[in-house]
Amino acid sequence: MATTLPDATKTAPGLSARILDSDVFYSFRKSPLTMLAALVTLVCFSGALLAPWIAPHNPFDLGSLNLLDASRPPVWIEDSDPRFLLGTDNQGRDVLSTIMYGARVSLLVGFASVIFAMVLGVTLGLISGYVGGAVDAVIMRIADVQLSFPAILIALLIDGILRAAFSHQLHDQFALYVLILSVGLSYWVQYARTVRGSTLVEKNKEYVQAARVIGVHPIRLLFSHILPNVIGPVLVIATINLALAIITEATLSFLGVGMPPTKPSLGTLINVGNDFLMSGEWWITIFPGLALVLMALSVNLLGDWLRDALNPKLRVTR
Amino acid sequence: MSEMTPQAEQPILVARNLARYFDVSRPWLNRVIEGQPRLILKAVDGVDFAIRRGETLSLVGESGCGKSTVARLVVGLYRPSKGSIAFEGVDLASLNSRAKMQPVRRRFQMIFQDPYASLNPRWRVADIIAEPIRAHRILTDRAQIRRRVDELLRFVGLSPADGEKFPHEFSGGQRQRISIARALSSNPDFLVCDEPTSALDVSVQAQILNLMKELQRELGLTYLFISHNLAVVYHISDRVGVMYLGRLVELADVEALFAQPQHPYTRMLLDAIPDLEMSGRPRTPVAGEVPNPLNPPSGCAFHPRCPYANERCKRERPEFKPAPAGGMVACHAVEERRLPEARAVDPPVLPA
Amino acid sequence: MTRAPANRALLDVRNLRVEFPTRRGNLVAVDDISFHIDPGEVLGVVGESGAGKSLTGAAIIGLLDPPGRIAGGEVLLEGRRIDNLGYEQMRRIRGREIGAIFQDPLTSLNPLYTIGRQLVETIQTHLDMNAAQARAHAVKLLQEVGIPAADRRIDHYPHQFSGGMRQRVVIALALCANPRLVIADEPTTALDVSIQAQIITLLKRLCREHGTAVMLVTHDMGVIAETADRVAVMYAGRIAEIGPVRDVIKQPKHPYTVGLMGSIPKITRRDERLAQIDGSMPRLNAIPPGCAFNPRCPRVFARCHVERPDLIDVERSRVACWLYDEESPRLRAAGDE
Repeated sequence: MATTLPDATKTAPGLSARILDSDVFYSFRKSPLTMLAALVTLVCFSGALLAPWIAPHNPFDLGSLNLLDASRPPVWIEDSDPRFLLGTDNQGRDVLSTIMYGARVSLLVGFASVIFAMVLGVTLGLISGYVGGAVDAVIMRIADVQLSFPAILIALLIDGILRAAFSHQLHDQFALYVLILSVGLSYWVQYARTVRGSTLVEKNKEYVQAARVIGVHPIRLLFSHILPNVIGPVLVIATINLALAIITEATLSFLGVGMPPTKPSLGTLINVGNDFLMSGEWWITIFPGLALVLMALSVNLLGDWLRDALNPKLRVTR
Repeated sequence: MSEMTPQAEQPILVARNLARYFDVSRPWLNRVIEGQPRLILKAVDGVDFAIRRGETLSLVGESGCGKSTVARLVVGLYRPSKGSIAFEGVDLASLNSRAKMQPVRRRFQMIFQDPYASLNPRWRVADIIAEPIRAHRILTDRAQIRRRVDELLRFVGLSPADGEKFPHEFSGGQRQRISIARALSSNPDFLVCDEPTSALDVSVQAQILNLMKELQRELGLTYLFISHNLAVVYHISDRVGVMYLGRLVELADVEALFAQPQHPYTRMLLDAIPDLEMSGRPRTPVAGEVPNPLNPPSGCAFHPRCPYANERCKRERPEFKPAPAGGMVACHAVEERRLPEARAVDPPVLPA
Repeated sequence: MTRAPANRALLDVRNLRVEFPTRRGNLVAVDDISFHIDPGEVLGVVGESGAGKSLTGAAIIGLLDPPGRIAGGEVLLEGRRIDNLGYEQMRRIRGREIGAIFQDPLTSLNPLYTIGRQLVETIQTHLDMNAAQARAHAVKLLQEVGIPAADRRIDHYPHQFSGGMRQRVVIALALCANPRLVIADEPTTALDVSIQAQIITLLKRLCREHGTAVMLVTHDMGVIAETADRVAVMYAGRIAEIGPVRDVIKQPKHPYTVGLMGSIPKITRRDERLAQIDGSMPRLNAIPPGCAFNPRCPRVFARCHVERPDLIDVERSRVACWLYDEESPRLRAAGDE
């Protein structure tokens, strides 16, 4: 029998070593903008996530609110209160804390709807690409129809239907899930199309044929063999989609058909604060707006970097 | 392996009048508007052969001849449009459910041409090799499976440590070894090899061919070997079938085919092999190209390029039947004994 | 452009070195190779994947993909250096003085233009002809390469030709400005064996008629045997053996060439086992010290692990192997392997 290569490595390196040594991480280190975006994202995400523990006040504890604290400006303007760094709204709620809680809701809806869209889109794309024929035609036509509508409109539509189906009280309770459903349903198409295209390519490759010859069950073939090879672009889409989902949710809430003021997201806060813009209390709407922009921008930049880093043709060499 | 047992006499695989058609027509709407007929590609158009247990039958031919399609028909990746395939006497078409097909699938496996595409790039090598074992539940204990995988890796000349790596860490030749290990893991009797060495360098090809011959001897395997390289086919086969445009034109023992090629296409193919002995042998000029398989010539598909074609060849498709000089040939000229004496292109070099 | 004197080589490659800078260090793909091609001769450059033969051809014609670059040595065409020319100057040399034929005719021809247009464009770029003259020249070329009904087919698109016909068109394109040298990189690999034979015959005939020299890069020894006058065998970025094709094929001297020729299946003899060379060619980042072939060489001895051999004259060939150095028998006898 032939001998093994003299230069074969003895053991395969571990996962962390592979990540740190990879081209992707190298390009990350080389881009200060990306590292900054990652830092900002990290700060925003942890702030939002840990809000119940690190927010200076709890804006939803009605007992802790004091009308005397209402409408205080941010701390660098006179007549402010050092307890409320970014000022308070007309009911005495600390703006910084509401932003943190609001961001939490925004992120929750954002992540959940992206995951929902991803699972739905990837599964439909896999089935569509692998099975082909009539199934493929039906799924793709539905996708085509949906693409001709703006996502906002679709989200509005679904939201409106569910709103009409539920009573007002019930709707407020389930607003979160309704929102996740509507935003998620408006974005599944991109995943499905991308995955379908990749599946069509992978389907004809010989390792898939080998698995069929071996007698592997089709479902196992789809999810164990094909899925790992088509998932790459999906991650990039998901990251960019997250920013979009956050903004879509904010838009819906701003329009008054998203999260209610009792459990506000950043969009709701902007909406509520809007009324006070003209009376000079600009901080109630501007700061939530800035927080939204910052979060969406840094997530977007991360997504951009990820897309370029994973593109083999743009590999950084020196 | 005794040649006397009755089991050895029954061929392990029999293909009868095997055909596979592909509908490559343009979409219905386009056809109606442009007034075009349906386009049927007859990739394989009536092929008969039998493979004996323990032997290597090669199918050789140029692009479009259908040899890869025959391979895929035999392993069940395509269903035949016409004709039948019988594995150990059982008609594969009768196994119409997954449950019925599984025990048969365990007995034959396939090795593919492209060492880079035939292994899942996201799976570790050990999992790739173990897949047939898992799919057919031959072993279920993880330690046992791992032991078997290590044994297979050693068998094909790799080391057990290689099981932890990914395919991209290996060269083309090593990947083909992994493919062979995977094919062997379910203990098959029959291997279909679709151009397994065509994508490899010549020195690596030698290693893989030697390995395959050794494995055949040690495990008693039967091979259906697809190739376009006649020298490789000469080296590895017991019998050779020559295909042209979806049909078998000649089938003979390997020594007989190379020493006395009968069909004009076989003669032409052998003549086209480069002359490594540098004997300066004269070559008859090779005429024409393989015609479009969507629109094959009438009668004998080879007649436009055949120096011996006559009117009958243009009208009537020759039958594939035993030839006077032995073997099977589909040629009117051979039947009518119109051809010059068959002779070897390069006379065999006898050992000193 | 003065005619080269008869004894001067057409192409002279001296100490050519091609490197790929990566973030893990410099990869040397072609390591200090020297050879020449005389006017009108066919030099085969043969080797397995990773040997550096395609890169050599690309470097000569100035088509190295960045970050690959020529890191040392000189390439002289008729005595003039061409490796240090700017993009514009190299573009003018390409086509006019050096023609190129690549492996895949599908990608060598622009699918959006008729072959007539591509031919005429190339002809007019390099030769002083008006449109009508160029077209007539193109039709003549197509007839020369054996395209039937050339005056009609000149207006067809590449996809309307079969693989073999497309390769003939590519040959016509390469020869249309009458270059002195053609670099053909695996011109027949993608073709059926019967078409291969046709294309090889065509190439030989045309080059003989036009007096064009050919650098034929391939992994297929059979093509070399039929076409080349001399052949260079490459291994791991270096030339292992170079000499007249008959000598190299029938009486190989370098152990790698011996192994290579032994592992090629032939139809004159059915061996039970093909001679095989264990292991495989080292990757660019793992080339052993001394002679790159030493881990696999059946005749290796101590000197091979330490010093890298240059080409040594042996009969009519040149071989990079310490076995042929006059000192070696003494060294070997003195207790090495």
